[in-house]
Formats: sequence, C-alpha cells, structure tokens
Amino acid sequence: MNWPSWLLSGFIATIVLTTVSALAQGLGFTRMNIPYILGTIFTPDRDRAKVYGFLTHLGAGWGFSLFYALLFESMGNAGWWRGAMIGTVHATFALVVIFAVLPGAHPRMASERHGPTAAKLLEPPGFMALNYGTQTPIAVFISHILFGIVLGAFYHVR
Amino acid sequence: MHTTPANLPKIQDYAIIGDCRSAALVSTRGSIDWLCWPRFDSPAIFAAILDAKIGGHWSITPVEQFHCERSYVESTNVLRTRFTTSSGQAILTDLMPVASEDEKRRMLLPDHELIRRVECTEEQIQFNIDFAPRPNYGARGIHFRKVGNCVRADVGRGSYRLTSSVPMIVTEDRAYVSIQLKQGESAEFSLTYGEESPAVLPILGNAICERIQRSVDWWQRWSERCNYDGPYRAAVIRSALVLKLMAYAPSGAIIASPTTSLPELLGADLNWDYRFCWLRDASLTVRALVRLGYMAEVESFLDWLLHATRLTQPKLNVLYTIFGSKAPEERSLLHLRGYAQSKPVRIGNEAQDQLQMDIYGEVIEASAQFVRSGGHFDRETKNALIAMGKYVAHNWDVADEGVWEPRTGRAHNTHSRLMCWMALDRLIEMQHRGELDGVPFRIFADQRRKIREQIHQRAWNRRLGSYTSTLDGEATDATLLLLAWHGFEPPDSPRMKSTYSRVLEDLGLPHSLLYRYQRNPPEGAFGICCFWRSEYLAIGGGTFREARQSFEDLLRFQNDVGLYAEEIEPATGDALGNFPQAFTHIGLINTAVSLQDRELGRSHEDETSVARGGPPVEKVEQ
Repeated sequence: MNWPSWLLSGFIATIVLTTVSALAQGLGFTRMNIPYILGTIFTPDRDRAKVYGFLTHLGAGWGFSLFYALLFESMGNAGWWRGAMIGTVHATFALVVIFAVLPGAHPRMASERHGPTAAKLLEPPGFMALNYGTQTPIAVFISHILFGIVLGAFYHVR
Repeated sequence: MHTTPANLPKIQDYAIIGDCRSAALVSTRGSIDWLCWPRFDSPAIFAAILDAKIGGHWSITPVEQFHCERSYVESTNVLRTRFTTSSGQAILTDLMPVASEDEKRRMLLPDHELIRRVECTEEQIQFNIDFAPRPNYGARGIHFRKVGNCVRADVGRGSYRLTSSVPMIVTEDRAYVSIQLKQGESAEFSLTYGEESPAVLPILGNAICERIQRSVDWWQRWSERCNYDGPYRAAVIRSALVLKLMAYAPSGAIIASPTTSLPELLGADLNWDYRFCWLRDASLTVRALVRLGYMAEVESFLDWLLHATRLTQPKLNVLYTIFGSKAPEERSLLHLRGYAQSKPVRIGNEAQDQLQMDIYGEVIEASAQFVRSGGHFDRETKNALIAMGKYVAHNWDVADEGVWEPRTGRAHNTHSRLMCWMALDRLIEMQHRGELDGVPFRIFADQRRKIREQIHQRAWNRRLGSYTSTLDGEATDATLLLLAWHGFEPPDSPRMKSTYSRVLEDLGLPHSLLYRYQRNPPEGAFGICCFWRSEYLAIGGGTFREARQSFEDLLRFQNDVGLYAEEIEPATGDALGNFPQAFTHIGLINTAVSLQDRELGRSHEDETSVARGGPPVEKVEQ
C-alpha cells in the first residue's frame, strides 16, 4: 500500500468530486447539495451545515478512496480506466443503496411515509435521487467516474 | 345549459379523505370514485368520477333505496356516512389512517392504507360491496389473486391488497359481495398499497377501531391548534383541514386540488389538472395558515419553496410537482369520457410555461407574513428573497399571462403590477424590521414608486370610473378588489368604492356571488372571488353587517360536509371545477378572520406595511 500516494490522490479526487457536484448544482443540473445533506445530520443551521458537510464529505471521500487504493493494489495496477470502472460501481451503489437507506438514517430527512405531521425536514431523495431533479443520476455518475479517473491516474501501486 | 345527468353524482356529492400524501373522493352513494396512489399526482386507480364505466370504483352501497346523511367526525378528516333504508340504518366510516411520527416508529403500519368500516346501528340492512380498481386511469388491466381473506393485485412496482372481514367473490378484475348486517354487526375493509415486500398486513377487528380512533385523535389535536375563535369556527376548521390535506407532508409542497379535469363548465373543455403546486395558491395557503397559527406547515412550505426553486432562482416557475420538478407535459386521456361528458380529461398542465409575474408578490408576501408572526429566515433564504426582488425590479414592466392563466396570450395585467409593487414593498418592510439585510433600498423604493404611478395613471379608467384589469383597458376583473386588500388603496377611498361598484355591475351575481372576469359563455362564479367580494366589505369597503351578510350568503354554497369546489354554478348552486379547491377555502378563512378583526376593532391595515411602521408608501396625485 502506497500511503503517501493514497493521501495525495484521495485528496485531489475528493476535491474534484466536490467541485463537480457543486458545479452541477450551480449550473442547474440538480438540486442535490451533498455537503448540505451530510451537514444537516449534525445541525439544522443551513449555513453551518454546509461547512460541517463539506468537511464530512472530504473525510468520506478520503475514506472511500482507501477502498479504491486497496482495489488497485489487489489488481496489481491502477490506471484511469480502472478508476472509471470502480467509480461507475461506486455511483450505482450510492444512487441505488445509500440514497434508499438515507431517510432512515438521517435525523432530519423525511421519508416518503412521512406525514401528516408537518416538520422542517429535508426531502427524501427517492429512487436514484430523482426527487432532487431528473438529471441528478447523471451528475452523480459523472462526478464519481471523474473521482475514479483521478484516483486511477494519480495513485501509484507499490 | 348543459346539466349533470340524473344518474351521475354531482361534484358536491363528494367528500374528501386523505393522509397528506394522497386523497380520495367518496360519494353520497358510498362509492370511492377517485384515488391516486401513492401520491397526489400518481395515476388514479379509482377514476369513476371521470368515467363511471372504465374509471374504477369501490362502492359500499345499501341494496334498498336509501337516504344519506354525512358528516366528518368533529374537527377531523374522518368521514361518516349514515344510510337509512326502510329496513334499518348503518354508518359507513371512511378514512386514510394517520399517526404521529412517534407512533409510526413504535408500530409496523402499511405505507398507504384506506379503511372502510360499515356498522349497522338499527335493525338490519343489506349492502352491495363492489371493488373494481382500474390502474392508470382505467387504461391498464388488473389481475386479482385471492390469498386467504385478501384480494391481491400486483401492478407495476406496487402491490394492492384488499383485506376484508367478510369473504369476497373474486373474479379476474373485480371482487364483490352482498352482505346482510344486523344491529351491532360490522364489516371492515382495508385497502393497502406498498412497493416493498413483504408488505405489512393490516389487522382487522378491534385493531381497525384503534386505527380509526388514533386518526381521530391526531386530527383533533391538529385542529385544536387553530387560533381562530370567532363565530364561524366550524367552517374555518373545516377549511383548514382541507388545506392541511393538500400539503404533501414528505416535502412540504401544497397542491391546488387533488383532482384533475372536473369541469369549470359542464360539457365544455375547461378541464385542467390541479394536482401540482402552484406557487400562488401555495403562498395564499400558507398565508391563511399563518393567520390560523399553523407555523410548522408554513416553515415546511418555505423550506420546500427554497429547495424546489433552486434550479430556476431568482426566476420562479408557475407550478412544480410535489418534489419540485417540472410538471409533466399536458396530454389528454382520450379513453375517458370525462365528468358529464366534459372532454378532454387532461393530465399535466401547460400553464407551467406561462409567465405570471404575480407569483413573486405572493411568495414574498407569504414570507413577510411569516416574519410578522415571529418567524426568521436563514441566510440562504434571505438571499433568495432579495434575488427575487431584484428580478422583479428589473422585469415588472413586461406583459404576462397573469393570475387567470389565459391561453390567448400576454397582456399588461394590473394585478401582476400590483403584486410586483407588493413584492418590493414587503421586501423593504422586512429590511425595515431587521429581518433582511442587503436590500438595495433605493432601487426597490424607486421601482415601487414607478409601479404605483403606472397603476394610478394607466390602470385607472376615467370613463368607467374604475380600475381596469389591464393597463389602458376597458374591462374589469375580480382581482381589482385586492388593491384594497394588499394595502395599495384604502378600501373606503373614492377610487376603490367606485371600482367595487363597477366590478359588481360587470361581474356581480345574486347571493354575493361573483364571476372572476367577463366571459362568453360565462363559467361559474369563482369561489375565491366571491370571498374577495365579502372580504372587501369586511376590511372597510362596507359595513360590518353587509360583510357578514355577504359571508353568510356564501356559506350556503358549501356542500353538506363544508367543502367547496373552484366555482359555483350561479343558477343551481352546484359545484364546478376541481374539488375540493384550496383557493376557495383560503378565501373563506381570510374572510372569516377579517370579519373577526373588524368586529374586534382590529384594522386590516395592521397587516399592511404602512400601519406596521414600515416605510411610508409614496403619495401619487389622483
């Protein structure tokens, strides 16, 4: 395991992922704001939530990149296309599994069973996060594939 | 005149039940003729209201000729229908059960459930039960399987399951039975829908009674929070309960009505899909709910609003789906005959592509009302509101389709100008109150003054002695009465009084009814406009007695359980248009509150910026 290479490539890949996600939101492809979703686990304050969420996302991205590095090590090589393939699996997992269980785990997110009690809660993401905009899955795939490509390109197997 | 066929329930023969995610309509014949599951805007599985033959229904109806009386359990959305025949009497209870989030965490409950319980209360009575759902507005077939005491059908991703305490005869696409109930006997039915297996199986017997009681308790607790204590409390609570049913709890969105294509004119093509969130209607709803003290619903909606409009801010679309997406393209369901042959049945709504500048004023006024009631915004909401204000300041002078959504083109609508004026006025007010910072005061104040001058000069028609619905126009419409309501003109000013007289001359009808605009052939009197007429009198345009009389006239047009549609047929008093309609119930609540304010000597100006200590509104030569 090449720890310095993982630290560096994981950091760069997470920054790229966060930037592309923010860009997708800013350009109107999706309403999904990952730092906000993560940050509201800790606080209902919208402004603080984004800061906490950014830090959490950075940590989570770094954590996920460790799995990528381990996979590269087990395959004996890295490379951008290997990264892209793992990124595709990662995006599918996030869309189909993580977003499906999120309403049950997130203390401030409604589920589609919520009601009739009114409360200031985050909307549930729905299947493949489509409730956050019909192009959300595309944005998630692009950002995670780029995440994988950056990791694959920068990580050097020992 | 086209009339409702004798064998077809009238629109006002329906009552609504729901759980703040979906809603069903139950007729006086005990038939559920409308239900969209799992969401308000999902395809209907019961749509007999739009086509009795193929739409699908679920009826529990006495075999003999019967007399029916209906009511909701007090302050709830639990419906009770009492059937009386020559042989006996029975009560049918219909509801979509609800529970608090705590209760739901403790118990395993079906995702979506509709309960029907019929109990014989005197002697004996025979019922025919006919369960015939038709998925996708009747366009899709269904295949039943009998599993124990359940009838089950898988449709697409979901599974419908009817559990009953009496055995049903099951065919390919129908389950039916005829039962005789003696005094004290009951039959219970639970229809559930789920998209996950294993499904949660509902328990009948006492468990059904517990679920009914839990729902009654929930709704009564919610109703108790209403802070209106005037003489029309029952009507106000009913209207608030209707508005609450229109709020989609998982997201906070508020829909205009749970139905599509109930006609505004029988036999004509004025049939629209209202199962979406119009920002105008939703904003008016939250303003009504603020006046009644329901702040949680308001906060939830404002949060949804910020999230839903994120992709278009500062520009706002006219309407959104309950999850803030663009509504589906409008299309006609040609296989349905429509209510009383009123074709086409439409789903989706083309009005979403219109430009309606008034919605900025509605959204910002709803926010201002939230602030007046002690609410606070986070930084992102503040920035979004100011950005909307900047958009208004740059674009108020454009032609738009306006509040009535005509499909004939754009005009310079007075009401749109009024609402742009109000948007800037309320933003300045919120800055003055310390809730907003960074409002470009000079620009907003300058544009506000220009809009005011334009309305005074170009929307006033000297020959008619009235404001007009468009700049330099010759016609009036009911929105002109709102010039007083929003604090633009004092209600007792010569211009306003003269405008009121002209509006009545052009659009007024007996029994305090009012058309929304001139149209040939005329549609029905427009529900909320009728209440605007009353409320104009209540806020100072007339005497208290005149206002109360007008309001009580309008209360006579509610149906037997206190519901209103979008419009009222002036000759017969029949309901027209989608049902029930949030707009009309908003009008009822606002007028009742204004009447109480008037009675208690509270000025309506307390709700407009001038009297609240906001910056003075500039004077214009009349």
